[in-house]
Amino acid sequence: MELSASSAWVPLAYLVAGVLFIMALRGLSSPASSRAGNRYGMIGMTIAMVTTLITHGIASLPEIAGAIAIGGGIGFVTARRIKMTDMPQLVAAFHSLVGLAAVLVGLAAYLNPVAFGIAGADGVIETQSRVEMGLGIAIGAITFSGSIIAFLKLAGKMSGSPILLPGRHALNLGTLALIIGLVGCFTQDQDLWVIAAITALSFAIGFLLIIPIGGADMPVVVSMLNSYSGWAAAAMGFTLHNTAMIITGALVGSSGAILSYIMCKAMNRGFLSVIAGGFGAEAAASGGPAKEQRPWKRGSAEDAAYIMKEAETVIIIPGYGMAVSQAQHVLREMGDQLKALGVSVKYAIHPVAGRMPGHMNVLLAEANVPYDEVFELEDINGEFAQADVAFIIGANDVVNPAAKTDKSSPIYGMPVFDVDKAKTIFFVKRSMGGVGYAGVDNDVFYMDQTMMLLADAKKMVEDIVKALAH
Amino acid sequence: MDFVSILSIFVMACFVGYYVVWSVTPALHTPLMAVTNAISSVIVVGALIAGAAQGSVVSKWLGLAAVVLASVNIFGGFAVTERMLAMYKKKDKK
Repeated sequence: MELSASSAWVPLAYLVAGVLFIMALRGLSSPASSRAGNRYGMIGMTIAMVTTLITHGIASLPEIAGAIAIGGGIGFVTARRIKMTDMPQLVAAFHSLVGLAAVLVGLAAYLNPVAFGIAGADGVIETQSRVEMGLGIAIGAITFSGSIIAFLKLAGKMSGSPILLPGRHALNLGTLALIIGLVGCFTQDQDLWVIAAITALSFAIGFLLIIPIGGADMPVVVSMLNSYSGWAAAAMGFTLHNTAMIITGALVGSSGAILSYIMCKAMNRGFLSVIAGGFGAEAAASGGPAKEQRPWKRGSAEDAAYIMKEAETVIIIPGYGMAVSQAQHVLREMGDQLKALGVSVKYAIHPVAGRMPGHMNVLLAEANVPYDEVFELEDINGEFAQADVAFIIGANDVVNPAAKTDKSSPIYGMPVFDVDKAKTIFFVKRSMGGVGYAGVDNDVFYMDQTMMLLADAKKMVEDIVKALAH
Repeated sequence: MDFVSILSIFVMACFVGYYVVWSVTPALHTPLMAVTNAISSVIVVGALIAGAAQGSVVSKWLGLAAVVLASVNIFGGFAVTERMLAMYKKKDKK
């Protein structure tokens, strides 16, 4: 005898699951409590799933168990095998799955409304549920196709540079208006074509929205899609009257929104201007020919080793280039050697370093850098004046003083590290030719105290490690 | 449940989310994204309902497909979060 879906215990169980999810996020306020938080999340998910299975026909349990085993197996193996540097694309791929799952659930509910308890006596879906369903499917589909593009760009399977279609703003707004119109239409007309059109157009708009956005704006995009996946879950929660889905959707939705906000603020860019896309393409085009030749100094690994050995404080600023060349492990070795020589070593991380929020922190953690040696921008920026060495590896725009001084610079107003106050600057960079993502020249290259270490980041740090060992 | 009580839960949860997420340390923003990914797959609840229901064969298979997708996310999301969090260590006290 199965429990009735309307039993009081059922919503209560979903509520408990929702609270456990809140505790999962709460745990992340410090690394010490974070693992317990993750466990709460797992318990919450188990409660939600078991409750659903108990209250809805055990009849097809073998199929369902099979589906969970297949999906769970794929997920688990992927999670075990993925390289930490590939984390941004993994997260994007996971977002796309939430989006697609929302679309499938929405369509399933459309086809079999009675099973979800959203049909009126005549078997027709209630009007309010239709609005929620239409919106849920639309947001889910946008999340799906948008995340696929983000994934392809992050994984390097598609060029990271913005792809600008002519009249794209009009095209996007038109498509959005059409989708909203169709959701309105869906309340009147329950035909399959309406829901199919909503789905198809939403897939298209997700694609159109993300292709004009360039690689370094990906932290915002990934956060935004994170937010969308939450709103999709919440919309489905409204459709199915499920508290666990609503609470979780709201949590995830606001989480992604806050992360997007933090990322935009760290770049001093408006959210709308990021979403409108095209950043980088225009700046690179305008900044090209006017560039003058200025003198700069080239350093060697031995120079760097010698100076850092004698230093009291070294602040290391990692950026996306470190992730690309997988230099985090050898960088930690270098830090250990310096610490053994009595040098104080600190890591400084800019909020938008890397391709997703917290990207650098995870890589340093992977390389066994203790998290109490890693500092955020505002906490460490005052220390550069006392620092002997600023060691910049794979970062560029986040140390560009033009952000503080040059009003015409595309990155003006972005908070940057005051590396120019350090006594010596080492700038690890592949070549002098490449400029940062924003396409602007960096005065730090030409400063008196700067030595350019031109090589692959990993190779250069390996050479410094060898030189330090002598 | 009527619409207003559902909406109340939603609005309250948005506020809870707002304050909880601001308290997350920036160093853990990547695990935050991974775990929010995992929990937003609570959408599996809807997928399970569809997958278990009789009446529409298409709906059932859509549900089962959604169960597979959501399960990838749930297991993958929690496992990868666990893996990342295990890497965050304090300085060795020697």
